[in-house]
Formats: sequence, C-alpha cells, structure tokens
Amino acid sequence: MIELFALITFFILAVFVGYEIIAKIPPTLHTPQMSITNAICGIIIVGALLAVPSSEPELATILGAIAVGLASVNVVGGFMITERMLKMFKRAK
Amino acid sequence: MIPSAAISDAMYVLAAVLFILGIKKVTKVQTARVGNFFGSIGMLLAIVATLLRMQFDGAGIGWLYIGVAAMIGSLIGGLLARFAKMTAMPQTVALFHSLGSLAAVLVVLSFEMTAPSSDPFIVFTAWLSIIIGAVAFTGSLVAFGKLQELLPGRPILYPGRTIAVGLIAIATFVVGALVQMHGASGATGMHLLYMLTGLACLLGILLTISIGGADMPVVISLLNSYTGLANATAGFVLGNTALIITGALVGASGFILTKIMCKAMNRSLVNVIFGGVGAQKQSSKGSQEYSNLKESSPEEAALLLDSANSVIVVPGYGFAVAQAQHALKELFEALGKKGKDVKFAIHPVAGRMPGHMNVLLAEADVPYDKLYELERINGEFKNTDVVIVVGANDVVNPAASQDASSPLFGMPILNAHEARTVIFIKRGLSPGFAGVKNSLFEADNCRMLFMDAKEGLQQMAKEFRET
Repeated sequence: MIELFALITFFILAVFVGYEIIAKIPPTLHTPQMSITNAICGIIIVGALLAVPSSEPELATILGAIAVGLASVNVVGGFMITERMLKMFKRAK
Repeated sequence: MIPSAAISDAMYVLAAVLFILGIKKVTKVQTARVGNFFGSIGMLLAIVATLLRMQFDGAGIGWLYIGVAAMIGSLIGGLLARFAKMTAMPQTVALFHSLGSLAAVLVVLSFEMTAPSSDPFIVFTAWLSIIIGAVAFTGSLVAFGKLQELLPGRPILYPGRTIAVGLIAIATFVVGALVQMHGASGATGMHLLYMLTGLACLLGILLTISIGGADMPVVISLLNSYTGLANATAGFVLGNTALIITGALVGASGFILTKIMCKAMNRSLVNVIFGGVGAQKQSSKGSQEYSNLKESSPEEAALLLDSANSVIVVPGYGFAVAQAQHALKELFEALGKKGKDVKFAIHPVAGRMPGHMNVLLAEADVPYDKLYELERINGEFKNTDVVIVVGANDVVNPAASQDASSPLFGMPILNAHEARTVIFIKRGLSPGFAGVKNSLFEADNCRMLFMDAKEGLQQMAKEFRET
C-alpha cells in the first residue's frame, strides 16, 4: 500500500502535467481531445473490476459489475469515436 | 519472487505514461491518431494489470459478471461510436461523461460497503468523489437531454431558483460533513452515503437545467473536468495510482477547455452556471426592426464571388443543422478550381462543444489547414473581397465591439463586417441565441440571401460554375 502522501503528490504533479500538455492545443482538435480524455476517464473500469472478485455475489459485487458495464461503454465508445473523428481530418492537397 | 502488487503498479505507471503521451500526441493533427492508439493500449495495460492483481491477491476474478457486463457495455459503446452523427457529437460525449461518472459513484459505494477506511482523508475523498461523480452524472444526463432536444434547450427558470440550488448544495455538504464525522462504515455510514448520492444527483439536475443551449460548450467542458476529478478522488478511496493520475490529467484538461470557452463568450463561469442569461435577455431585447436590408440572389452572389480573389467562409452551427456540409464542399471545390483563395473562419463557440465546427468541416472534406481561429484571421477580413456567413449570427454581430449597451458587448467576434462584401445566408431575420438584433444585416456592404443554408450554398455553387 503506497502511502497517502505519495498519492497526493501524484495527484498534484499529474494536474500540472495535464495542464502543461494541453494548454497549447489548437482549437481544431478540441473535440477529439475532449473525446480522448473522456475515453481515458473510462479508467474507472480498473476500480470497477476490483469490486467484482470471485466470491459469492452480494450488493457490492453487483454495483461493481454495473460499473464495469458503464465504464466499458465509456472506454470502447470513447476510443472508437475519437478514431472515427480523427480519420476525417485531412490536409490540403 | 516479485510481488504481484509491484508488477501491477509498474504496469499502471506504464499505462499512465501512455495516456500522457497519447493526450500529448492528440494536440497535433499529424500525430493524433497515434495518440489515440497509445491511449487505448494504456487502457488495455491497466485492465490486464488489474486482473493480474486480483488473480494473485487471492480475491479472484468474478469472470461471469465481469464478462457479461463488459460485453454488453462494449457493444453499446461500439454501436454509439459507429453510428452517432457528427452533429450529435456533443450529446454523445455528454452521455459518455454521464455513464463514466455514474461508474465512479458505484465503485466508491461498492468499496465503502466492503472495505471502508477510517482514515479521515480517505473518508473525505470518498464523500467528495460521490458528490462530484453524482453531480457529473445527472448534470451530463440533463446536458444530453437538452442537446438531443428531449428537454427544452432554453434555460428552465423558476422562482427562488438560486435559493433552491443553494439549499440543496448546503444539504449535500452537511451530509458530507456528517459522513466525515461518523465515518463511512456500518449501516449508518452507508445510509448517509445513499442520502449523499441522492442529494448530489438532485444538485446536478438543478444546476444544469437552468443553463441555456448556447452555453453548452462551457457545460460540457466543465463536466469533462468533473468526470476526471470524480475518478481521481475515487482513486484515493481505492489507493489506486492509475485512477489518481488519469483523473488529475483529465480534470486539468477539462478545466482548460472550460476557461477557453468562457473567454470566447466573454462570460465568467459563475455567470454561466447561475446566470440563466439567455432567458432574461430575450424578454428585454428591444427592437428587432430592420431597415436598409439589401436582398440578394444566388446569381448575384455568384457574380460577386467570380470577381473576388479572396473569400472567407464563416460557418455556424445552423449550417450543420441544415446538413449543408456537402453543399459547402461543392462550393469550396468550385471556388478552388477557379483559383480563389478560400479560408474558413471558426469562432470558438461555433458549435455545441469546443472544436465541434472543425470536426463538422473535416467531415465535409474541408482540409484542416484551411480553418483559421479567430485571432489568426481577424486581421485578414479588411483585405478580403467576399465573406460568406452561413448558419452563424451572434459571432459576427459588430454590436459586440461597438455597442456598450448590447448584451453581447465584449464578446470576441469575427470581424466579417470589415470585408468588402458580406453575403449572409439565412432563412429569415430571426435573432441568434443572445436574442439581439444583428447590426451587420443593415450595413452597406451586406447582402442578405434569404435561403436555407444547404439550398443557398448549392445554388451559389451551381451559378458560380456557370459564370
């Protein structure tokens, strides 16, 4: 178990990284960028999986399983739709 | 032997690196698709790492439930991604936000049921993540409803709105404080968390229902940020680095977009959330009478284009609603064939979400290097022969820079009025979202082409090819 302070450090550093890499994005890519960050938000699937161990199902497991389903929509839909959008961007010939 | 936790943590770090590289590559068109690929590989790694950890920790994997849920979810996600129209991109993203946030709430609830922590900071992140997640869940659902036109797009206002929102917000945080004092464990703790979830869901609805359709770019960006924060706070509850890092990245990026959108509309965030502005303005908009209108025809427009060297097109959302992308492409190609210099000027809020218009034009095969944002093109209008405004209105209203009494005053606009001639394709004289008169219609250099966007562009292209 990683110490709490380390986790808070990760959080703060990641906020800065996020801010720095995205601050200069051209408006052309705002929608795809929101769409890919949205897909990446599907990372909650990690938490959802952890909530569904192989033990006898109880309410907590069922909530976890529903979360797995919801997060899968987010992950699969998010990456696919980003790809579909990006494929359309073309340069002048 | 290396402990399984170390292996999965290492894989999480790798996943986080791939996400960061992925997001970074999506900031350039040339590398964007690689970025998306990196992101999806990162996700796959994180999932495999989690399954490995579960397998070796002795908890085991509930394959049946996971398999069924993941299959149904992936199928729905895939179908949505495959068949959603590009005009419907904002509501699709809103729906994804909504589901992702609900997942975060469910995950936190599930963990509090089985393994509640008594650490005060973890308890704090637990109730905070439920509030953020639940607000983002219902808020995004309402945004989806408005964009999909299941709910009225105008702000829904009722007497005592600010008080109602304030009371629910206070109640939500009071319950949050109770959780903090009591801890999340036991039956009482769970009941408090359920109550918290309910209140926060209500808060999300109340906050979003009063926001007008024109402010949706801000709302969607903000909800994007919330979804990220809900993930990050949930990450603390689970002690999971992948969730914390990813959530923080997304939270920051959504926040940047929110700031950009607010600036583009000259509104503060507080004003967007509590303003309900669209509705108030429409009741006091004053005169909508126009004089000195000069009606044009496709023939005249074609002649103007024929004698022009430089052309700038200003597309607005109305152009996409009219499904005029193909007609625009026709005109664009015809102009290109005769050696005209054609550019597209994109206002930051020219769609229903940040960058929406760029995607819509990409779908119409307009090369992205012909698209210019406001700062880059505003100096060029005065040297431009013809500007075609199609499906846009408020974003070219000179009142925004000239008339201090206009509700639009201070909003950055595209300086279309500085061009030699403006051709305004519009069905009638109805006002834009702000509900105000557009003084450009009356300008001496403006020609009104009263037609549907698609029909107008098609006929212009046809006439132009024949000149």
